[in-house]
Amino acid sequence: MRRSYQDIPGTTVFDAEQSRKGYHLNMFCMSLMKAEQRQRFKAGERVYLDEWPMSEDQKLAVIARDYNRLIALGGNIYFLAKIFATDGKSFQYAAALMTGMSQEEYARMMLAGGREPV
Amino acid sequence: MARITAGIACSHVPAIGVAMDLGKTQEPYWAPLFAGFEPSRRWMAANTPDVVFLVFNDHATAFSLDCIPTFAIGCAEQFAPADEGWGARPVPVVRGAPELAGHIAESVIEQDFDLTIVNRMDVDHGLTVPLSLMFGQPKEWPCRVIPFAVNVVQYPPPSGNRCHQLGKAIRRAVEEFDEDLNVQVWGTGGMSHQLQGPRAGLINQEFDARFLEGMVSDPEALARIPRERYLREAGSEGIELVMWLIMRGALEGPVREIRRFYHVPASNTAVGHLILEPKP
Repeated sequence: MRRSYQDIPGTTVFDAEQSRKGYHLNMFCMSLMKAEQRQRFKAGERVYLDEWPMSEDQKLAVIARDYNRLIALGGNIYFLAKIFATDGKSFQYAAALMTGMSQEEYARMMLAGGREPV
Repeated sequence: MARITAGIACSHVPAIGVAMDLGKTQEPYWAPLFAGFEPSRRWMAANTPDVVFLVFNDHATAFSLDCIPTFAIGCAEQFAPADEGWGARPVPVVRGAPELAGHIAESVIEQDFDLTIVNRMDVDHGLTVPLSLMFGQPKEWPCRVIPFAVNVVQYPPPSGNRCHQLGKAIRRAVEEFDEDLNVQVWGTGGMSHQLQGPRAGLINQEFDARFLEGMVSDPEALARIPRERYLREAGSEGIELVMWLIMRGALEGPVREIRRFYHVPASNTAVGHLILEPKP
């Protein structure tokens, strides 16, 4: 079903449809809340991912750390945060990556008051 | 009888907790933010309540996609700080207020707000960062806390109007409670921010300024803001601001503004803060 908020630029609203598409992906992310699972994931990402009934696209996007793609495939940013936390990366790192800016450029934009609303 | 003595609005950016936990509050990046909370901590030291009713959202910590309650009230004796993927924050365990929480649950459900009751819940930065900002780094938190979790992760969250009305019901519930308690209601999260996609980093200072002013002078108008306007104007995560309206509903009527503070940026987010007291 078409939603009026789908035309907001650069934004994917995590609604019931996205949540359904991303259920297993997001639950995989949730598993990384436990230190021993994080270790197991880091020791062999593909093997760990194959334990989850995720689509091949979702698995490849996790391995590539392609967060925009993961969001399109039903990922929610608070769940995806478990992946970049496992990598020892910050929210600002991930945000910069999704905007296509370097982390330095992004941090400068934020210090200057953030992205202008459009 | 119990009474609501103040309402506090406060953003809950995780990086603020990290800065405190790692002793970085005096670094140039963070110093202006923490300086902004100094007067608030002094006010708090003189106005510490018995109980804080703390409205926050869980960020895929206690609630995964297995269960997504729209409104969940924590009725337990205590709540542990959660491991969010990088180890639990080194902050005290949160002591609950089970009797008052149970009473509020009952009263509010009887007023037609269908709450979920939670007796086990680890609490994430959404709850612990505002406690740290207002109380600093004590060995024990100086009061008891009723965690009240609102779904703002899966769209649609409750509307601003629903939140505002719920706040009014919470006030009625508190005032019925037969124990002499000072209760503060805190609304956390916000202000404008977007953490996802090519539009990440959005900040809308005009929206935020209008919202801060509206919290003081015209909450009814804020309660009419439709969900989609938050998404468009305050960013996809700015919709957390509906939680502030629960606090404002609980104050009902005119308020006295004790403190207003606004700072950009904390990591990806605009930080907003208010202390409001009900006008007698």
